[in-house]
Amino acid sequence: MSEPQSPPPRLALVGNPNSGKTALFNALTGARQKVANYAGVTVEKKEGQFVSPAGTRVKVIDLPGTYSLRARSPDEEVTRDVVLGRMRGEEIPDAIVFVADATNLRLNLRLALELKKLGRPIILALNMMDAAEAQGLAVDAAELSAELGMPVVPTVAIRTGGIETLLGQIDRTLQVAETEGWNPVAAECGWSEPSSHDLRDYHREVERVLDLAVRTHARPHTATQRLDKVLLHPALGLVILLSVLFLTFQAVFSWARLPMEVLDGGITLLKQGVDALLADGPIKSLINDGVIAGVGSVVIFLPQILILFFFIQMLEDTGYMARAAFLLDKLMGGVGLHGRAFIPLLSSFACAVPGIMAARTIENRTDRIVTIMIAPLMTCSARLPVYTLLIAAFVPDRPLLGGWVGLPGLVMFGLYAAGILSGLLVALVMKKTVLKGAREPLLMQLPAYRLPRPRNVGLGLYDRGKAFLTRAGTTIFTLMVVVWVLASYPVAPAGATEPAIRYSIAGAIGHALEPLLAPIGFNWQIALALVPGMAAREVAVGVLGTIYALSDSGEALRSSLAGALAQSWSLPTALSMLAWYIFAPQCLATLSVVRRELNSRWWPAVMFVFLTSLAYGAAFLTFRVATSVLG
Amino acid sequence: MTSRPLPGESLLGTLAKGSKAEIVGLDESGVATPLAAGELERRLIEMGLVEGAKIEILHEGFPRRDPIAVRVNDHVVALRRAEANAVRVHLLPAELP
Repeated sequence: MSEPQSPPPRLALVGNPNSGKTALFNALTGARQKVANYAGVTVEKKEGQFVSPAGTRVKVIDLPGTYSLRARSPDEEVTRDVVLGRMRGEEIPDAIVFVADATNLRLNLRLALELKKLGRPIILALNMMDAAEAQGLAVDAAELSAELGMPVVPTVAIRTGGIETLLGQIDRTLQVAETEGWNPVAAECGWSEPSSHDLRDYHREVERVLDLAVRTHARPHTATQRLDKVLLHPALGLVILLSVLFLTFQAVFSWARLPMEVLDGGITLLKQGVDALLADGPIKSLINDGVIAGVGSVVIFLPQILILFFFIQMLEDTGYMARAAFLLDKLMGGVGLHGRAFIPLLSSFACAVPGIMAARTIENRTDRIVTIMIAPLMTCSARLPVYTLLIAAFVPDRPLLGGWVGLPGLVMFGLYAAGILSGLLVALVMKKTVLKGAREPLLMQLPAYRLPRPRNVGLGLYDRGKAFLTRAGTTIFTLMVVVWVLASYPVAPAGATEPAIRYSIAGAIGHALEPLLAPIGFNWQIALALVPGMAAREVAVGVLGTIYALSDSGEALRSSLAGALAQSWSLPTALSMLAWYIFAPQCLATLSVVRRELNSRWWPAVMFVFLTSLAYGAAFLTFRVATSVLG
Repeated sequence: MTSRPLPGESLLGTLAKGSKAEIVGLDESGVATPLAAGELERRLIEMGLVEGAKIEILHEGFPRRDPIAVRVNDHVVALRRAEANAVRVHLLPAELP
């Protein structure tokens, strides 16, 4: 079993949600961490390393938070399988650090007893000891250690020097394990899934140990009690939640504007640079029109995604997220959604890709699938360029209600509302038909409010940004090259009178689609624009620009293109295209992330078919009604 | 079928905001859930809702006063009234600390 060169010892962090486990992980590893996926499942694997005071290089994994090894969600299954050594492609950890929230020992310690049954070295870290002491907790660590039969060290993960004792203990534990020739594979595992009877026994044991070891109990967190009186108030709480959502939404669009313009400028400069450097030809076109324009059109959303995740991270770290789920649970339950679904859906207004990834927090697979399926119906910001173009071209700027609202704004609002309403409707239908079953119970701890730590927020954002850019550099990059090839080859014959794209494979596909799309009022230009629009929705605007042979770019393109469209399209066609874009099924990035997240080819196929049918149906209805009304 | 409290007892899901009680038993037989038999009971115990625990209803959701936020000894748990009905309690006078 032993390899010639012994690999670094592996440490697993296990603990309840809200125990400050990730903060401890950050304190141990700093920025030397990476996020990957476990083989075969889509649970994030956080791994890092550090050098112990004794000079040992130690690998550490941050396992998903759980209350039990009985595993209720895919996340918790990972925790169970890793500590039991059942995880494919994962070595069994050499030692476990159990992270307990010191302010909540009664709730936390039961899992420590369960982990002890595994028969492997384990260290109990009494985390957030500063907060516990501030609440009046006095605990005899030596007594606790003697009664539980494991070393106990108080830690304050968020303070410099707050984990030194833990580092020392890790060294001692690893050394003992090594000198005793402890073999994790051969260790006897006494764990079996506990019955309710076993759980009650664990519970009684915790009570017994705490009676002996705790001198004074922690008082309740008074600030949390006061805040919750306001934030969980049935009426006021909802108003505050809606304000928080509105602020988030507003920030995603307004704060991101400047950095997005800067990015846009950078991309344009890059294109001009390539333009000046290279001679005209396929290589230049591939780099400029394919790679830079394509990847750039995705990278440009980085500021929005970072701002969105900044808000989400702040809400998570303060403890407000659990309150939001509490406040919305009954309302969202009306259409069968879990209270936790609101985070993914909110994220989807920026982009469905991070939204779908955020659905990982939903334990029940059925609830999670429904949430993922309706995420693309929340109007993502990539649809905005299409909406603004068509509204500018076809909706007269007429003030309504005495100048309070303009007609264009009202139409925009209507498009967002149509997306949300159809999303809720789809959720309702899915829960009543294919994904039947009562909702997963809520059962969720409302943790004490804590001030977010800039370091943790920073590291979280860094991870998100890196993941997003990696995706843009790999998956999206490949897709863009494919789309560019489709739109560029075969090249237009000499003396061609129509735009070059007309002669390409994309052009041929557009033409083939035209009869199919004629009943909903789409002309060949739209059909053609939808093909590269597969890569990213807003690319359709650029393609329409190419087709209508406009050489302007940016704002100028939008206004002159609006003029061209107003000239050549009928109003029913424009309305039909708006209706189509509410459902806009053609985003490959979304479909590929659904495939990855649900680990299934079936669900992205279902999503594509149902979104296309909805888009077609809505566009058909809009076109027919508009034609008959407008004559 | 619905759970029925024994004489002198109440179900957690029926309590109003401000009520204080002690848990006397768990019985999930009357609660419809998508979970396997015995699972709800185990989850409740894991969240500290176990015989002997002192509870207080702190907050109610909207609409229909659902879900509820319950202080269980030292921590706070949110759950729906439907599932809370698997918890049998003995009411305590509200003025107790």
